[in-house]
Amino acid sequence: MREIYLSGYNNFVLPFMLGMLFVLTWCIVGAVRIILQLPHQDRKAFFLSLVNPKIMARNIRDWFCDCLFHVKLWKRNKMLGYMHSSIAFGWFMIIVIGHIEVFLYTPERVHQIWYPIFFRYFVAVTDSTMKGSFFFFLMDFFLLMILSGIILAIIKRVRSRMFGMRRTTRASITDLIGLYSLWSIFPLRLLAEGFTADISGGSFLTKSLNWVLHSFLSDQMNMLPTWWAYSIALGVFMCILPFSRYMHIPAEILLIPLRNAGIHVSHARKGFAKLQVYSCPGCGVCIDACPMGTVKSNIKDTTVYLNRQIKRYNEKRIEEISDKCLLCGKCTAVCPVGVEGDKMRIAQRSIRKYNISPDYSNIDINQGNLSKNIFVSTSNNVVSKNKNERVIYFAGCMTALTPSISKSMTQILEKCGIDYSFMDKDGGICCGRPMWMAGRFDQAKQMIEKNTEIITKSGADILLLSCPICYKIFKERYRLEGIEILHHTEYIERLVKEGILTLEKSGSSYVFHDPCELGRGCGIYDQPRKVISGLGNLVEASQNGKESICCGGSLGSLTLGFDKRKTMTENALHNLTIADPDVIVTACPLCRSTFNRYSDRPVKDIAEIVEEQYRKRVNI
Amino acid sequence: MNVFGFKISPSSAIDMDKVDRARFEELCRVEPDAVRCMACGSCSATCPASAFSGMSIRKVLLMLQRGKEKDAFRMMRNCMLCGKCTMVCPRGINTRHLILSICRIYDDKEGKQ
Repeated sequence: MREIYLSGYNNFVLPFMLGMLFVLTWCIVGAVRIILQLPHQDRKAFFLSLVNPKIMARNIRDWFCDCLFHVKLWKRNKMLGYMHSSIAFGWFMIIVIGHIEVFLYTPERVHQIWYPIFFRYFVAVTDSTMKGSFFFFLMDFFLLMILSGIILAIIKRVRSRMFGMRRTTRASITDLIGLYSLWSIFPLRLLAEGFTADISGGSFLTKSLNWVLHSFLSDQMNMLPTWWAYSIALGVFMCILPFSRYMHIPAEILLIPLRNAGIHVSHARKGFAKLQVYSCPGCGVCIDACPMGTVKSNIKDTTVYLNRQIKRYNEKRIEEISDKCLLCGKCTAVCPVGVEGDKMRIAQRSIRKYNISPDYSNIDINQGNLSKNIFVSTSNNVVSKNKNERVIYFAGCMTALTPSISKSMTQILEKCGIDYSFMDKDGGICCGRPMWMAGRFDQAKQMIEKNTEIITKSGADILLLSCPICYKIFKERYRLEGIEILHHTEYIERLVKEGILTLEKSGSSYVFHDPCELGRGCGIYDQPRKVISGLGNLVEASQNGKESICCGGSLGSLTLGFDKRKTMTENALHNLTIADPDVIVTACPLCRSTFNRYSDRPVKDIAEIVEEQYRKRVNI
Repeated sequence: MNVFGFKISPSSAIDMDKVDRARFEELCRVEPDAVRCMACGSCSATCPASAFSGMSIRKVLLMLQRGKEKDAFRMMRNCMLCGKCTMVCPRGINTRHLILSICRIYDDKEGKQ
């Protein structure tokens, strides 16, 4: 390539350079601030992770898969995936190839950062490009890819259903400026390169455009205004970037290594939480996922709007949004970036000031029946006698309201001849999860301490739980050395596997509802399904597993009243009964009582159906 | 005030003229449900904290209404926010949010460490 201008500079690069310097400064200052805001041990973990080859390999994979290829969006919807990845990957490749071109053809210009962006303006084609068959072809190919993505993006603005999205985010004014400048960058680039393609060379796209343009516009003076326009579009986009949703592009680059280093939200607004807010691309996938979306007025309370309000420091709305949420975690499960909507909301709740603070120091665990755990075994079952394990059964507050579950569970334990003790038969101390979800960590920790003391004192080997709400906090926050924590779905499945409990297939069909805290919260999906398929015909809901819909009864929401939850429960029931099952099976006492209120068919806990079937068989 | 009867135990009469209702009215503004309670006692019956501090949101509301704040705070100190009362309330009162609102509006100066 031959250079046309000695200086390698033209005034039109100024808007681009201005935007570039602004956005670079902003991002570097922001990144340093976020890293400084991290707690000391998190910061240390982050720096250590950067020299760990295993984590670094995962970082590189995630950078490519999440930032460039948008794999999670591809899995959701092919059109949506193509739209995002064509723009992201195409743009990335244009930048990379642009730099390679400069490096190969005009290596003395490498230090001029605008040179790769406006390369075609400054050079004239020579033989060294093989008639533009390789790099120029690639540049045109990726430009075409981006343009196709932008056409899809324009279509998505009016027909989002084609992309598998019922609702999309309402763009704010800065988002719109960013959006329109982003859309205009690439057509302007094509136009600018089209005008110069006869001098600088080009490939199938730019060369053809050049012929078309020259057939009616012979004046070379058109060249400069289009390069100016291209540069201005870039400059506007980069200047608006920090104030729009496009901040997710640089933010996600930092979010991935921090997440892979195992860092969690520790402060409501600072450090990792702040980074998550800025990483939110505002794509709106969480809007369709949110179970509250059945009531239209709740749409503005989804995670994408929470992030927007946090950016705006709108405290009133932040409180409203974070208190209303059911904390089902579905937005976290579907988020293509990994913004943890549920944890963010708990963090927002935790910074609230209360004048009255509960204190449980007056509770004496040695008094009454609190810690009188006597393990009893009633059956002569030989297999389980050899196991010699002691089970402490903690049913939880919610199970106390649905005693049929704890009754069935104790029946199963008795029939299998397990040495067990019913810890909270006469009432106990709450597990702490509801308090934790309300953001009052100190109080929750006090309850955790009390319960830990009772359980470790009992000398049990297994802690058996019936409530997924308890199960989650026991798994995450309790330190019970040497005691295995199991939910009853896991335990029943284990008893079946070990041959202590036998199941028999009946003709009924069952659908399993994944409770939020058990499925998304603790990752238990297979065990209950294995048990149910041993009992009868297991059918699936239209959205299940990771995307199961919250029953609407969740304790996570602080402000949603009883009457406002009805439509959510009905929507969840509709989703469950798509395949017309005889019985709805769940594994959570709260889901069970919530569904039971509005369901047209029986709603049972997994322990109940196992016990029922067992009892029937014994009677016959 | 003249109190009828023998003075073996302290009088439980409340002089409502001396009760400062400002906070209770604020609570009612934030939580209109506070006055919807019909004192059926379902919440009292299910409350796991009642075993330790006699907690009952029904009684707490009554005490706050009558200005017996200290007794109310003593009960509330053991509330675990488990949500059982919300589940059983026949009036559909969101008791958990009610309790959190009480914790914000009222100030327990003695209970603070």
